[in-house]
Amino acid sequence: MTLFACATPKSFDAEKYRTDFPALHQNINGVPLVFLDNAASAQKPRQVLETLTRLYSNNYANIHRGVYTLSQRATDAFERARETVRRFINAKSSDEIVFTRGATESINLVAHSWGRTFLKNGDEVVITELEHHANIVPWQMLEKEIGIVLKPVRIEDNGDVKIESVKAAISQHTKLISVAHVSNALGTILPVEAIIAEAKSKNIPVLLDGCQAISHLPVDVQALGCDFYVFSSHKLYGPTGVGVLWGKKEILNKMPPYQTGGDMIEVVSFKGTTFKNAPGRFEAGTPAIAEVVGLGSAIEYVSTIGLSRIAEYENELLEYATSQLSKINSLRIIGTAPNKASIISFVMENAHPHDIGTILDGSGIAVRAGHHCAQPLMDRLGVPATTRASFAFYNTFAEVDALVAGIKKVQEIFG
Amino acid sequence: MSSNAAELRDLYQELILDHGRTPRNRRKPADANREALGHNPMCGDKMTIYLKLGEHDGLIEDVAFEGQGCAISTASASMMTEILKGKTAAQAQEIFDYFHTLCTTDDATPPKDLNEDDLDRLDALSGVRQFPIRVKCATLAWHAMQAALCPAGMRQNEVNSESDERT
Ligand SMILES: Cc1ncc(COP(=O)(O)O)c(C=O)c1O
Repeated sequence: MTLFACATPKSFDAEKYRTDFPALHQNINGVPLVFLDNAASAQKPRQVLETLTRLYSNNYANIHRGVYTLSQRATDAFERARETVRRFINAKSSDEIVFTRGATESINLVAHSWGRTFLKNGDEVVITELEHHANIVPWQMLEKEIGIVLKPVRIEDNGDVKIESVKAAISQHTKLISVAHVSNALGTILPVEAIIAEAKSKNIPVLLDGCQAISHLPVDVQALGCDFYVFSSHKLYGPTGVGVLWGKKEILNKMPPYQTGGDMIEVVSFKGTTFKNAPGRFEAGTPAIAEVVGLGSAIEYVSTIGLSRIAEYENELLEYATSQLSKINSLRIIGTAPNKASIISFVMENAHPHDIGTILDGSGIAVRAGHHCAQPLMDRLGVPATTRASFAFYNTFAEVDALVAGIKKVQEIFG
Repeated sequence: MSSNAAELRDLYQELILDHGRTPRNRRKPADANREALGHNPMCGDKMTIYLKLGEHDGLIEDVAFEGQGCAISTASASMMTEILKGKTAAQAQEIFDYFHTLCTTDDATPPKDLNEDDLDRLDALSGVRQFPIRVKCATLAWHAMQAALCPAGMRQNEVNSESDERT
């Protein structure tokens, strides 16, 4: 394999960061793993793994209940993680950080609690054609249940989302705009600043699905000015089973609980029960304590590298990969918006994404093949499925070359 | 050659690639009296199987399919149409049972009346054994065929191959 030394940026030492990720150092089918499915879930640095071990070994007990030392330590670690998340997305208060099981649950929480309280028959929710199913189906449930109307914004053929198209989808009935910050299937970075400005001028709240943005771009919820922001820990190098819902305190405290039970109440009696304010009111039952603390550790890890530097390096990777893949005749990149995160979807003339995925796996290369939980988007673009390579800051230019070499093998088999 | 390379070559052998590239019987017969849609939820691939079943003898007089899929699901549908034409509904079920076992376990015994060509075709398709996640691609058309064979009233018009994996 040729190494393009000149194309390798000197300012960012991906090789050094790779040593922090045990899973990256293994052979798959006899060759070194090239992990390019980061948009589905990212690998974990040893710092996160060590945090989990340390917590379970030394500081573990249930939180928010015990008067004893160990419970206090676990509670402190848990609440410190909340503060870490607050700082990471620059929320005003850590009371605005609700821990959920994942972005999917965060959106369901908003749909279920906010949606059922504040939406009524005929109200419109604006999404886009490129949403993940997690930002489609919860709203469809409300279409059935209370008769709201879902308005998908038309996207461009290149996967871009134009502010004019968003404006065209907004009407006097629009009561919420709920859109991806970055598309998981195409990598498109949406014009969220313009969307939020438009929404504000019409007093429409905005939810951003930040699942893909959170690991690729610096996110500042106050600067953005949105009302809800959601993401999952596992795509941000943290453990599975944890997600974040950020919401403005004024809004969260007007929303009824999503689930009920222990740890979310003020007073329970058989005459009635009063609920805590956010975030407690939305965190019923024992949460994923260790995983939340692990998320805090993952955030500290990426913060020491810096999201701006990560974004800059990933952008170089994206440009390099885009230019290398564009040279392959039978390959067509799906999603060529001017503003993209390091995600490349593509199709090949004679090979189906599944076959490409299987053959690349033979070269140790992990990519996603399928509809990426975005079937309406696949329909819109007229492809049944795509192959997707998604890059993290621990990926290298040599791995892009390995991908290109793997695709040459696909061509050898399928022509 | 690494074992994976050998397995890949086995999976994508010439017979499969040929049927994948130029599938046989990809059409909608005007006189089909049965049809069912197969759906692979993993990739979104959809495939419709058409049958023309003899009124009294249950003989499969014609079998064809429409839809796009990966090389494996397309080749499997194409070869299935060649294998099943002229067989009875009962034989078709027996052959699917054998093929399913072939893809998912280590001991499968072929039905007695299967000829050499059919055995070779099924054998080629069974390369998916080494790729557990791809078994559902190979069985997609067959599940749809099985659904189409069900008598009206009991028939599901859409089926999927989701649960098929080599264990
Ligand atoms: C854009 C987007 N939204 C929502 C989700 C759902 O995230 P999770 O499965 O972690 O709840 C994903 C993950 O695939 C995603 O990429």
